Amino acid sequence: MQLKRVAVTGMGAVSPYGRGAGLLFDSMLSNKSGIRYHEELERFESIGPRVAGIVTGIDMMEIPRKRRRSMSPMSVYALLAAQEAATQAALSREKLADGRTGLIMGSTMGSVHAIEGFFRDYLADGKLDQVKSTLFFQVMGHSAASNVAQAMGINGRVLAPTAACATSCQAIGLAYEAVAFGRQDIVLCGGADEYHPLTTGTFDMLLAASASYNETPQRTPRPFDRDRDGTVCSEGAGVLVLESFESAEKRDVPVLAEVAGFSSVCDTGNIANPDPEPLYRCMLNALDDAGLKPGDVSYVNAHATATVQGDIAEAKAIALLAGDKVPVSSLKGHLGHTMAAAGVLESIACVDMLRREVLLPTLNLDNQDPQCGGISLPTSPGYGRISVIVKNNFALGGVNCSLVLRAAEN
Amino acid sequence: MTDRQVIETADKALAEEFELDVERFTPEARFREDLDLDSLDAVDMVVVLEKTFQIKIGRDPAVMQIRTVGDMHRYILAKKQEMEQEQN
Repeated sequence: MQLKRVAVTGMGAVSPYGRGAGLLFDSMLSNKSGIRYHEELERFESIGPRVAGIVTGIDMMEIPRKRRRSMSPMSVYALLAAQEAATQAALSREKLADGRTGLIMGSTMGSVHAIEGFFRDYLADGKLDQVKSTLFFQVMGHSAASNVAQAMGINGRVLAPTAACATSCQAIGLAYEAVAFGRQDIVLCGGADEYHPLTTGTFDMLLAASASYNETPQRTPRPFDRDRDGTVCSEGAGVLVLESFESAEKRDVPVLAEVAGFSSVCDTGNIANPDPEPLYRCMLNALDDAGLKPGDVSYVNAHATATVQGDIAEAKAIALLAGDKVPVSSLKGHLGHTMAAAGVLESIACVDMLRREVLLPTLNLDNQDPQCGGISLPTSPGYGRISVIVKNNFALGGVNCSLVLRAAEN
Repeated sequence: MTDRQVIETADKALAEEFELDVERFTPEARFREDLDLDSLDAVDMVVVLEKTFQIKIGRDPAVMQIRTVGDMHRYILAKKQEMEQEQN
């Protein structure tokens, strides 16, 4: 069966830097950190971290009440990102509604704020009398996907994959497959999450959250660094528009990059600690899907969240795949871990690396951990032609995902 | 609370909830057609009125008959009277 080639034709982002895919990349290229002291965490004595990556400058009121009433912040972020991506891809309302355009958008779970509100009312007296009718639409697992589809009038397939930190990498992979197999001509895909202190609390409980840099928030997280002490929880949303090359050509919209391969494998050795072999196999499978070999790879965009064990396992897997000749970096040092949005926000940065021919280094990497040896970790931007990127996201639960992104042909 | 105060309080609470200008809450205004409220909003209207007046409405069949702002005023005034009689 002849599969269709899949193009990226639009991108949209809401991140701790603010609104816009362009702002995301420019901020990263300027070595800016999106991490700040987060006062809300002072309420939780038992939680160590006091840092987070928070989205600011969003006016929720710009979305009409009837759309907004079923949205928690994650859906607002997702909608703003999707609108930006659709505008760049020149998608008309008619095109969005024609049934050949779909949406694949995930979050780690439904809104924790909404869930908290529901149980606050329910547990007070065992009744649901004070619960608003629209709360459920914020709690449900496919809240972001449904809200974006409703607001934009997307009538094709709407899916909401959930795989923690690998969520939006999976969303892009599923969108790529839907377009490659001709099931949809165009799919908007990505992920969104909103910050809640309990996310930090959960990572802290798992000994995976950074708590040693509360006085110097912008120095953490520190992927692959000797002095890393865990990740920093952040929020945001990102959306890519994927479509077949035929569709892009017919609509006369520029191809920004190509999604050339995808793989997802499960590491069943341990639900929390990744093993290098499945990570390696995941990257290899994605390259195989793209008809490429490890020798074709120009750069690896690592998941590397700055946890002690995770970074070591990924470094070993990348060393196995590409040795120490291929540059590798993680963008968690810039943004922290935006959870379900991480895969897509990092993919947006990867597309811009391909377009602008510059590789972003790992922020806060001062001293490479010897245990993360055997790979090349640049500490300053690298300029020059990049043709193929392997992009990883690995989730708690053992779900590993890799994408292969290729530069658009001029 | 006088009847007028009850009406003003109800209008203000609902106008705030549904982000509408309170001047639009005229007795003849229809919730669906004129104020563009739907069945989800109707559920929330009950929640807001219960909270505002500390009353129990629940699934009162009379609430289902409310079509206009005037209907809502009459309902809430009757409910208030009913509560007062119970208290006496």
